[in-house]
Amino acid sequence: MSNIPENLRYSKDHEWISVDGELAAIGITDYAQHSLGDVVYIDMPRVGDKFGAHEAFGSVESVKAVSEVFTPIGGEVVEVNDGLNDTPEKVNGDPYGDAWFIKIKMDNPLEADGMLSSVEYEEYLEASA
Amino acid sequence: MSSENLKKTPLNAVHRELGGKMVDFGGWDMPVQYPAGVIEEHMATRTRAGLFDVSHMGEIWVEGPDAIPFVNSITTNDVTKLVDGQAHYSAFPNEEGGVVDDLLVYRFAEDRLLLVVNAGTTEKDWEWITSLKKDENVTLRNASADYCQIAIQGPKAVGILQKLTETELEPIKYYHFTEGKVDGVESIISRTGYTGEDGFEVYAAADKAEQLWNKMLETGASEGIQPCGLAARNTLRLESAMSLYGHELDDNISTLEANLGWITKLQKGEFVGREQIAALKENGVKRKLVGFEMKEPGIARDGFDIYVGDEKVGVVTSGSPAPFLKKNIGLGFVPPELANVGQEIRIDVRGKRLAAEVVPTPFYKREK
Repeated sequence: MSNIPENLRYSKDHEWISVDGELAAIGITDYAQHSLGDVVYIDMPRVGDKFGAHEAFGSVESVKAVSEVFTPIGGEVVEVNDGLNDTPEKVNGDPYGDAWFIKIKMDNPLEADGMLSSVEYEEYLEASA
Repeated sequence: MSSENLKKTPLNAVHRELGGKMVDFGGWDMPVQYPAGVIEEHMATRTRAGLFDVSHMGEIWVEGPDAIPFVNSITTNDVTKLVDGQAHYSAFPNEEGGVVDDLLVYRFAEDRLLLVVNAGTTEKDWEWITSLKKDENVTLRNASADYCQIAIQGPKAVGILQKLTETELEPIKYYHFTEGKVDGVESIISRTGYTGEDGFEVYAAADKAEQLWNKMLETGASEGIQPCGLAARNTLRLESAMSLYGHELDDNISTLEANLGWITKLQKGEFVGREQIAALKENGVKRKLVGFEMKEPGIARDGFDIYVGDEKVGVVTSGSPAPFLKKNIGLGFVPPELANVGQEIRIDVRGKRLAAEVVPTPFYKREK
């Protein structure tokens, strides 16, 4: 069963965000890393890039497949997790915590409230299984 | 398509018990990977031993006095060069000089050959070769459902398999085979594979598949044997630059373009497509299969365009991270003048043209 921490918000594209004031860290969920398999490369945006909500900001590649990653909410990239360049496998180990992809300054922090709670995301996974 | 409509090998239930992630592969319900993951499966095969269910492959018997001349007339390699107990890699050419499928030809006797063909093309191949049979004195028999095929590959493979058979394995040379018992089961024991490693492919009655698979896993456990899915099978063959039908070969690609001149014996006499292939050789191929390595972070995938400068010059046929080499590699077609080692090319990775370089193949060659 997928690991779905309670303190995070989720998208139907299988991203999670962790909100800290006007900043949000974005990563992919346990379900997403499991579907992809061994993650070997992440194509990241640059600091200063701006994205609207639900826009592709990069891609994550496993040995077998590539998948785009989306910003669940709009904003400007303020930090990129360069550490994942050397250790992309961290995304498979624990996709939450240290394996965030980017941090953005949210255009509208209220957008985060429209995302799925852990309970709602779990229901969404069960319904689409 | 739901898995109920898919074809299943005799090991389907075993794959599910082992936690295999099942996918539709050319109409077959097959494990793409097990919980260990594709990188671990790949590395296990390179450094220890990997176990692969390849029972989906097709087996076609050709029997009768004209077996050799018939198969020689429908394949590119020279069947008259085979001796009993020997196999070779070959292709069925079509009338235009493209390839219907690639295959292995096993010679059991002068009047008894076994053709081992790809899973997704078995029916197409069967229709093709039966349509080519005229008045030759041969019997064709599609025995695909009768057999399981299990590949045990890697530096520890021979030692593990030896514990299960009285047949002496070491004297069997590469691309040779023998009939013998494995764990008491009548088998064809063939020193062949699709991984670039030493090892065997074992053919036996389909209803013995579970026994053989489980026995090999159990016997190899102390050596670290790992069941491997289709994803690792693909990365292993790609590191070894072996062709995959539908990628490096298809109905519109000649063996000459795919660097398979060594299985294309124009001097052997008449065969299907010979004139077209000879003309291609005479006039020179317009594209050539090359291996390349990415020089910038990014992964080439099948179907991506290849550029030199602003000009699109070719297409990637297979691209992937190479888990053992820890590089991103690929195969693709480019014009012959751009096929030299060291040629700088660019791969269009979702709009970004990333630097790559033509390199020698195979990318990986095991130490003997």
